[in-house]
Amino acid sequence: MAKVKSLADLKRIKEELQSKMDLREKSNNPEGLVQIKVAMATCGIASGAKEVMDFLIDVTAKRGIQAVVTQTGCMGYCYAEPTIEVKLPGKEPIVFGDVDTKKADEIVEKYIKNGELVDGIIPVNYKTIDN
Amino acid sequence: MEKYKMHILICGGTGCRASASETIQNNLQEALKAKGLEDEVQVVMTGCFGFCEKGPIVKILPDNTFYVEVKPEDAEEIIDEHIVKGRKVMRLLYVDPEKKEVVSDSKHMEFYKKQIRIALRNCGFINPENIDEYISRDGYAALGKCLTDMTPQLVIDEIKASGLRGRGGGGFPTGLKWEFASKNKADQKYVVCNADEGDPGAFMDRSILEGDPHSVLEAMAICAYTMGATKGVIYIRAEYPLAIQRLKVAIKQAREYGLLGNDILGAGFSFDVEMRYGAGAFVCGEETALIHSMEGLRGEPTVKPPFPAESGYNGKPTNVNNVETFANVPVIINKGAAWFKKIGTEKSAGTKVFALAGKINNVGLIEVPMGTTLREVIYEIGGGIKDGKKFKAVQTGGPSGGCLTEKHLDTPIDFDNLIAVGSMMGSGGMIVMDEDDCMVSMAKFYLDFTVEESCGKCTPCRVGNKRLYELLNKITEGKGTKEDLDLLRNLSTVIKDTSLCGLGQTSPNPVLSTIENFYDEYIAHVEDHKCPAGQCKALMQYVIDPELCVGCTLCARNCPVDCIIGERKEAHVIDAAKCIKCGTCMDKCKFNAISIK
Repeated sequence: MAKVKSLADLKRIKEELQSKMDLREKSNNPEGLVQIKVAMATCGIASGAKEVMDFLIDVTAKRGIQAVVTQTGCMGYCYAEPTIEVKLPGKEPIVFGDVDTKKADEIVEKYIKNGELVDGIIPVNYKTIDN
Repeated sequence: MEKYKMHILICGGTGCRASASETIQNNLQEALKAKGLEDEVQVVMTGCFGFCEKGPIVKILPDNTFYVEVKPEDAEEIIDEHIVKGRKVMRLLYVDPEKKEVVSDSKHMEFYKKQIRIALRNCGFINPENIDEYISRDGYAALGKCLTDMTPQLVIDEIKASGLRGRGGGGFPTGLKWEFASKNKADQKYVVCNADEGDPGAFMDRSILEGDPHSVLEAMAICAYTMGATKGVIYIRAEYPLAIQRLKVAIKQAREYGLLGNDILGAGFSFDVEMRYGAGAFVCGEETALIHSMEGLRGEPTVKPPFPAESGYNGKPTNVNNVETFANVPVIINKGAAWFKKIGTEKSAGTKVFALAGKINNVGLIEVPMGTTLREVIYEIGGGIKDGKKFKAVQTGGPSGGCLTEKHLDTPIDFDNLIAVGSMMGSGGMIVMDEDDCMVSMAKFYLDFTVEESCGKCTPCRVGNKRLYELLNKITEGKGTKEDLDLLRNLSTVIKDTSLCGLGQTSPNPVLSTIENFYDEYIAHVEDHKCPAGQCKALMQYVIDPELCVGCTLCARNCPVDCIIGERKEAHVIDAAKCIKCGTCMDKCKFNAISIK
């Protein structure tokens, strides 16, 4: 490893390293961030959830969106896999169905960036025991 | 550099390593490999999480799942269930002992709720053997800021303004100490880190060095810059092998990056650190004794002045600070003195790390703002007394501190308040005692330690403590008199007033505070020859209740000294003269017929 020669050098190295620690930093404060859950049960993975998840991780980092992308189990919407749940800070979570990478791109651009709703929303018709 | 989707953090503190956390790490990695996930999930060994009671701890990110008491054989299930299927392993989650509810996110645990982590900021978060992870958390940024944007005096002013006080126990203002050392001119000066953590029950310094060694190195370099020193020495006890090993790795990495060595960050400032190993003597925590030990002399204190700031290591100006004090410094520089000053109380700014031990549910390492009350620490963070017993006392400040009782529970903890109620901050050990603990035995236990650790240089400490111990021993054997209590008090005061160093000046504290707060218990020992807590063997008597005894002979057959007599199916009797009070008969009796009188 090369020597750190100046404060500017140190700052540059820090920036480079930061993305590696991002995931840990963000887990410290999930409430203030966009939280995306990708349903990654067998059916989801078979329909391409893994690619969608990779895409989301990449794209949010590249476009500077502070987001936590996690995997979760089956959401139960097997007819609409891959499904993802997006929770913007301070808002109710919304579930999108049939998300391929193209759809994911649209969700990031329209819903996450501007709050515009896009097609493919699955109405949530259950309550969790938390609320 | 790879980007992982999930991180598995596993505690690599000494406690958790002793419970096989290294095997867990290996098993996790193997299970990941078997599933072909080794490039997607990163397994990181970190420093101490602080929740030692329930170790080994495994934390999964980004969902913040906190698994406790994990065993090596659980690794596969964690990978299969949590990582692959996204289902939490319920049986490994923490259960709140009060509410009996499962808590999966550490943020919602009472243990972590009241804590603010400054000195422990990276413990349980970064891999201590990877300098990159430290740098990504603003590591060495404070040193960079000092070297390029601040004059030494400005740095000293900032530390002074922050109100940071020595965390090793003395509570001396750190900025002031640095200023003294900076004002003395010399061709060579030294920065020393005191890592000779000697209090039984305290382990915060070890945990910081094991979990975040770079923070100490960075702060030592900052201190060196303010006083014009080029050499740093870490005095650490050889009993801390893991801390030593992690420091070695850290020093090597910092040198490779040029963050230690010549012309650091191109600012023309040079500084390097070496280590000295101590043999683990309590008195070597005292700075003059520590310096003598470093020089290869006997670890004995000398009279101050001259202070180390004038004439210390090798007769040169030396600044000695404790590990935890140093760990606070980079944060103060980065976030500013005003930010730090806002945390804590007026005269004691910031936070303090405490090692919770004894009869408490959540044994572990915590960091709370100064001014938190003992009640909050013991009941909310500590989770209350074990087995639902009654709180009796808490010993703060280790063997030189005092015992505080129920009536002190609402005292906000800071340097001055603890001294005002007859104890001290010390290095932050906190030992909780319940109704089964005898206070006379407790004082005797600590005196036993100080007698052993006294260096023997001055008479009050060498002879006085020994006499205190003998008096306490006499009382626990039921041979004490009321006059002995006055003698204890007088002798304690003399030792405190006339001893040379901090060891003797504080060693009678456990005696004085227990006499003050538990006078009745002493009286019970000397007048009624009874030990109310039932701990002093010589004062106990086992008796068999003839009503309850059915004459099964089980006790008589198990008694190691054959002191129980009686016919079959008739009540038995214990011969008190022969009884050695081992308690076997009471354990064996199935009819609860044997009790202690």
